[in-house]
Amino acid sequence: MKPTDTRNPDYFHKVVDCQWACPAHTPVPAYIRLIAQGQYGDAYLLNRESNVFPGILGRVCDRPCEPACRRTRVEEEPVAICRLKRVAADHRGEIEDKLPKKPAKTNGKKIALIGAGPASFAVANDLAPLGYECTIFEKLEEPGGLMRSNIPAFRLPEQVLSEELGYILDMGVELKLGTPVESMKTLLGEGWDAIFVGTGAPKGKNLDLQGRYDTDNIHIGIDWLESVAFEHTKKIGKKVLIIGVGNTAMDCCRTSLRLGADTVKVMARKPREFFKASDWELEDAEEENIEIVVNHSPKAFVVEKGKLVGMLFETMEYELDAKGRIETQRVTGEVTIPCDDVILAIGQENAFPWIEADAGIEFDKWQVPVIDETTFQSTAHGVFFGGDAAFGPKNIIWAVEHGHQAAISIHKHCQGKMLTGRLPDEIEMVSTKMGMFEWRYSNSYDNSDRRQMEHVELVKRFKKLDVEVELGFSAEQIATEVERCLNCDVQTVFDAPLCEECDACIDICPVECLSIAPTAETEGELRNSLSVSTAEDGQALYVSDGLPLTGRVMIKDENVCLHCGLCAERCPTAAWDMQEGVIHIHHASDQDAISGGSRS
Amino acid sequence: MTSFTKPHIRRKNEPVNKLGLVRADYDGAMSTLCAGCGHDSVTASMARAFFELSIEPHRAVKVSGIGCSSKTTAYFLREAHGNNTVHGRMPSVATGAVAANSALTYIGVSGDGDSLSIGLGQFVHAMRRNVNMLYVLENNGVYGLTKGQFSASADLGSLAKRGAPNEMPPIDPVSLALSVGATFVARGFSGDREQLVPLIKAGLKHKGFGLIDVISPCVSFNDHKGSTKSYAHTYQYYHKAVHADYVAPSKDIKVCYDEGEIMPVEMHDGGVIRLRKLEKGFDPRDRAAAMSALANAQKNDEILTGLLHIDETHPDMHALNKMEDRPLNEIPYAELNPGAAKLHDLQKGFR
Repeated sequence: MKPTDTRNPDYFHKVVDCQWACPAHTPVPAYIRLIAQGQYGDAYLLNRESNVFPGILGRVCDRPCEPACRRTRVEEEPVAICRLKRVAADHRGEIEDKLPKKPAKTNGKKIALIGAGPASFAVANDLAPLGYECTIFEKLEEPGGLMRSNIPAFRLPEQVLSEELGYILDMGVELKLGTPVESMKTLLGEGWDAIFVGTGAPKGKNLDLQGRYDTDNIHIGIDWLESVAFEHTKKIGKKVLIIGVGNTAMDCCRTSLRLGADTVKVMARKPREFFKASDWELEDAEEENIEIVVNHSPKAFVVEKGKLVGMLFETMEYELDAKGRIETQRVTGEVTIPCDDVILAIGQENAFPWIEADAGIEFDKWQVPVIDETTFQSTAHGVFFGGDAAFGPKNIIWAVEHGHQAAISIHKHCQGKMLTGRLPDEIEMVSTKMGMFEWRYSNSYDNSDRRQMEHVELVKRFKKLDVEVELGFSAEQIATEVERCLNCDVQTVFDAPLCEECDACIDICPVECLSIAPTAETEGELRNSLSVSTAEDGQALYVSDGLPLTGRVMIKDENVCLHCGLCAERCPTAAWDMQEGVIHIHHASDQDAISGGSRS
Repeated sequence: MTSFTKPHIRRKNEPVNKLGLVRADYDGAMSTLCAGCGHDSVTASMARAFFELSIEPHRAVKVSGIGCSSKTTAYFLREAHGNNTVHGRMPSVATGAVAANSALTYIGVSGDGDSLSIGLGQFVHAMRRNVNMLYVLENNGVYGLTKGQFSASADLGSLAKRGAPNEMPPIDPVSLALSVGATFVARGFSGDREQLVPLIKAGLKHKGFGLIDVISPCVSFNDHKGSTKSYAHTYQYYHKAVHADYVAPSKDIKVCYDEGEIMPVEMHDGGVIRLRKLEKGFDPRDRAAAMSALANAQKNDEILTGLLHIDETHPDMHALNKMEDRPLNEIPYAELNPGAAKLHDLQKGFR
């Protein structure tokens, strides 16, 4: 088979599991190294280039990076990537002068951004410094979108949100609050150079069962959270049932406790392995004594004399197949659970009542706009979508990435260029060797366990609605946690002509991921002949050119490599080197450059 | 010298042997040899062989003399017994240890200096006695610890690092072993563990003295152009004659082997060594054939490798001397020491 082509930037990028899993491709190991060196401000800025809101995401990101973390190949818990991001934000110091600036003069192009959520702000963040006149329209009286209205302040303090939105507004972005856009056709007639729709998925799903409209004590989760956030709702009954077990349900149940509820149950239709909520959000709720009840399917609301007194459930039993999917289900009985209030948190949808059918924007049969997955342009020229508005509910980090991509498209659109002519990613390899046994990164394996985040005591945290529960990492916790990162972006790079097949690298490797063997026709054949991990583990085999002495090939299993650098340390001819792969993911500001942008 | 250690990391789905141990449980201290030393590769092969044979590390004994190779007993089987003896005197210590407790698995690690110069006499007599041990001779043709003087195994005409040729004929441990009646004689190469690991396993299971002469290049003093013990030279002139696989005793061992391709040799423990001929008309059970094949290879500048001779019929030291099979530490004191009267009687017989 052919030797691995490491010039393809995706090859080494994929090895950095966290960065590859992050929708915005945040260079996680690089910013963790900066934190380790105490350069919190630089770590913050490096984060911000990719994910725009490190302070916000350092608290409430869905963190797809953590389940992907290479650390889970050798122990249970991944590196606390999200918490370290918050460390960078908490300790960043004065960084305002290093942020992109409001340009001296604008380029005269006017961009309308609908909805003041993460997607629109990400677009404005990329375009305003280039001279675009960005105007954000928001129907509510505060910016932030669901980050303000749906995420409770005990998880995301108001000040953190305002600061990071403020950085973008300071780039000369105009924010029109309390200004709902009521007609796309009117907007299209106003002469904007481009329109970006970042209105999210604002419609909570209803549960139309018997008794639904006989009482005022049944609430739609996201509407209820918004009403709490803007202080229209200040209390709730003693006994509360939450229907659904996603992250919104977790916010609803924990908020209920802070508004006076004393018994809060989250009612799940299926067993725990089918929960949509993130594990850590479930844990945080359970820590607050929330009971999560499985296998209860809602059947009716029990309303007596106009008052909600309980809810009727069918108890369920499921049989799972070998892959853990539900094969059969059956009802085993019925039970009524008393309650004063019910909050429905069973999902949300995007809704565009303000886009007229003849506005030129095509919708599919599910009433979802037809959006190009690369350019984020709708079927109307110059109208772009991003965030939950584009492809349905995802999360903040996806909204940010959509914003980056839409900003590139808007930039090209306004210059009259092809939207698809985007700069490809690039990778730059830099050796980390400093001398004998010295590398520019902390290469030795540290077997410390994941640090546990300290929380405010239960009694204290319920006193006010906005007491932030997580206290952040202490200096000692930071020092330990940064060493848990395996520096997967420091790549093992092999130079076949230098190898003399002494096997020193193979013997020193603590996870036995190296072999020298005759080459084979396919990667599958090689995997069979070498007892290495399977292709399902998600990583490639790194296969070298033929070696000079025997013509065999060096094979490295990227799946289990811990990037400890011992192979390079032990190699007598420096055929192995540890090189930092700096991946350049281009944003709107890079598109006019001849070559790639730079990362400081 | 090294300033780092190899961490012990247990990864998910790591293979375990019959004892439930992982490969890394057979590691030892961090090697202090030069990076790229062939000896480290041999060390790793020995660790793998013990792992694959599921030998309990604390039931093994490592003995060695002096030299780079002799240091390596520290680098594998950290739980095993061991004795780093006086220069060239490892065979005597091993003989004593085997006599005292024949129930353990013995491995001696030595080099060309330790075995072929200062310890030549000890080495030869241990083979004659057929001490039940595996003797791994890590052969690099130079004295590495004293910075690269030619050893007794350096080939005629091989060049030193500064260019001076070796003008004395070499002692070939394999020819020597064949000539003194060794019962398991093999040659391997540190760079070919596909061959070496099975050889070590077979040698550990052989009842009697097993010699494996392993070409193990000295990366610092004998890995240059003109050296006949460099990686490049060995890879080029390397010739595999016989491949040996040890198969542990099991129910389905009595399978019939086809004549020719695979030759089974039954072992004392009930296992079998399957010899796979890579050379036509070569039968390792025939000592004379082995000697002649070796002479031919030498004439053609080939490095003949594999299990070159095996004889499972010759009695080992214990059997020859009708020695006690039980370890001395398991024999009750009264039996071990029958008292002054018995000694007196014994002495009377010699008067």
